[in-house]
Amino acid sequence: MSCCPDPVKMQGGALEAVVREGELSAATHDLFDGRMEGDFLVPDMKCAACIRTLERGLQNAPGILSARANLTQKRLNVVWQQELTDTGSVGRNIESLGYTVMPFETAALTDEKDPAGQSLLTSLAVAGFAAANVMLLSVSVWAGADHETAQLFHLISGCIAVPAVLFAGRPFFRPAIDALSKGRLNMDVPISLAVILALLFSTFETLSGGDRAYFDAAVTLIFFLLIGRYLDHLMRRRARGAASRLASLAARGGLKIMPDDSVAYIPVSEILAGMRLRVPAGERFPVDSEILYGAASVDRSFVTGESDPVLLQAGAVAEAGTLNLDRPVDVRAHRTAKSSFLADMIRLMASAEESKGAFVSLADRLASIYAPVVHILAFAAFVFWMTVTGGDWYVSLYSAIAVLIITCPCALGLAVPIVHVVAATRLFDDGILMKDGTALERLADVRTAFFDKTGTLTTGSPEVTGMNGDVSRPDIALALSRQSRHPFSGGVEAYLQARPDLNARAKAVVLSGSVEVPGCGVEGRVDGKRYRLGRGAWVQELSGNSAGKAAMDDDVCFGGEGVPCVSFPVSETLRAGAEDTVARVRETGITPAIISGDRPARVERIADRLAVDERHSGLTPAEKLRMISAAEERGEKCLVVGDGLNDSAALAAGSVSMAPGSATDVSRLAADFVFTRESLRAVDLTLKVARTARWLVCENFALALLYNCIAIPAAFFGYVTPLTAAIAMSASSIVVIANSLRLRWLVPGRVSGMAKPPERVVQ
Amino acid sequence: MTGLLFLVPIALFLGGVGLAAFLWCVRSGQFDDLDGAAERILIDEDQTEPPRQ
Repeated sequence: MSCCPDPVKMQGGALEAVVREGELSAATHDLFDGRMEGDFLVPDMKCAACIRTLERGLQNAPGILSARANLTQKRLNVVWQQELTDTGSVGRNIESLGYTVMPFETAALTDEKDPAGQSLLTSLAVAGFAAANVMLLSVSVWAGADHETAQLFHLISGCIAVPAVLFAGRPFFRPAIDALSKGRLNMDVPISLAVILALLFSTFETLSGGDRAYFDAAVTLIFFLLIGRYLDHLMRRRARGAASRLASLAARGGLKIMPDDSVAYIPVSEILAGMRLRVPAGERFPVDSEILYGAASVDRSFVTGESDPVLLQAGAVAEAGTLNLDRPVDVRAHRTAKSSFLADMIRLMASAEESKGAFVSLADRLASIYAPVVHILAFAAFVFWMTVTGGDWYVSLYSAIAVLIITCPCALGLAVPIVHVVAATRLFDDGILMKDGTALERLADVRTAFFDKTGTLTTGSPEVTGMNGDVSRPDIALALSRQSRHPFSGGVEAYLQARPDLNARAKAVVLSGSVEVPGCGVEGRVDGKRYRLGRGAWVQELSGNSAGKAAMDDDVCFGGEGVPCVSFPVSETLRAGAEDTVARVRETGITPAIISGDRPARVERIADRLAVDERHSGLTPAEKLRMISAAEERGEKCLVVGDGLNDSAALAAGSVSMAPGSATDVSRLAADFVFTRESLRAVDLTLKVARTARWLVCENFALALLYNCIAIPAAFFGYVTPLTAAIAMSASSIVVIANSLRLRWLVPGRVSGMAKPPERVVQ
Repeated sequence: MTGLLFLVPIALFLGGVGLAAFLWCVRSGQFDDLDGAAERILIDEDQTEPPRQ
């Protein structure tokens, strides 16, 4: 058995699914020499065989120049010739190899062109080099080198440490100067002060023949702090910019109908209210507009989250951004583009994103207390020794520097980022991408979890759960269901096919004149009698009877001339793990709630199945957003899980948000976590990791505090030598790192129900 | 102790070479995909190894 997906098995589902070309193209860019480059996320890439399959498979595909897989980031970099192939076919090529593919940019793992990260890494390398060498020399001194040898070693240490610290310390000096020039204090001020004072003091001590040089402390301090700073940088928030992505949904212009009935293209900014426009099939409505005549199926998923086509008749209003699916219609513009529904959404989303930036992380809050305390302590030590020794500035300064060095927040600087990195890798193992370290902190405080219905709690594909009444001709129902590609008829087909004898009988049915009526259903003739499968009222026109009380208006019905109408209750398929997840979320003290743009009856069914009490249906995106904002204002932290365009504003407004990998790209951009595996158990796992991470961060703070409680009095009263300072500082950092690594034990293995990655097999 | 006079510079020089080598590795992307490098050794037929972009 191989760990790689089986291409043949995948072909049924994945290939039939429409490749989201538009979204994939978000991760591509033009190299301006006829070549295009794209970065794709391939979550199922797991071993050498996967790398080989993907790279070889793609290189053999027409037009593809190179393919390079990155297993650590599960990323696939592809370069192709623009004339020979396009993003869509590259995506299909990857899918035909048996892998699911997503645009990489939203995963936002690492940015190759990241000058800040590169410079931090260089500083880290220099600090590491200096720390190792200085430590080597210092250890010799501590081990007994004395007189001229000790002096020489201190001198060499100084020659290494001073330039190294000046180079590697820049990430601390610059923010410290910034903060001081604005009259504020941050964590970088005591760090810079301690390091620079230690260097000056040690240089003076070395040149005057003393033996208390702190070069090693200064460089190891910078080294440990840079580790923390670099990890923090890796976890830092990526630019969201989901609002600008939403704007790309807006049509750039529209076709104006002239008095002589010809049409002319005008840019969207020139469209005025009352203007008559024509919207061709396949185009988006440029502004909110009323349909004058004609009827068209439209995709309103942007408004309701439901991807089922909706039939709009004359008089109905289509929001800007709605996609016209099948026929051209003439419309009258209601409003200008600036005041359209879509423009409102973009504004709402931008403001929601802004308000989210105000979150202050735990580490920053602690730093604001810590920095002044350190300064006061160091100053107190100086004053104390000045009075005790009667003005001996050498001893006083030495104690003050010892306090500054020993309190330097090595352990504190590592406490948070180490936990976040361990948590992020743990989540990545289960296919969950974390975009922002503080998201874990925010998630741990959540009180309410809002779930979108379609596409999040459910897979979006309908499932027929039974049959009300007796069908006299189920074979005809099955034959008719095969005439339509509508998802509902697919559900009926799947249900009836399960009955063993029916398949052959349905094949024997001779259907003639079958037609599909948009918004109603399919109709066909068998032996001269008409039969219909579709909307209840429409079927009853033929069959005469009512389908009974049990039938809901969105159930699929079947009937014909002289054949009584029966209904198939339609329910949506729950996403794998949905029931477990909702139950576990409730167990952890979080109130689950459903917010949906769908009709009440459908929401009730799902809510009843999941036993969720708080349920809201028929919400517009703005109403969803208001609901989340209201809860947030009450001080109730919200987790929002959603996938549709209509959820994107709510995702941005919630204190923390999650989206499945199948979500629209605006939603994935707005979300803090993206789970790439099918099961909803990812939500529950992320919650568990977040709570464990918060616990570990608190433990780390407690450990750092404990260390300071012992070390500060020792430094204050002058008992700290360079050797004890080095041991104490390293020990506290190592304890914090070791404690953070416990997260892997605390959240062990795979959560049952999540897709298990099979054993690695070497081929 | 006179040995230190050349041993220490040699140690520092070697350390410096190591540092330079590390920085070069980082810049040329050799640390970009550590898991992938570990697995790639299992792939046969090196001659069709894709060109690095």
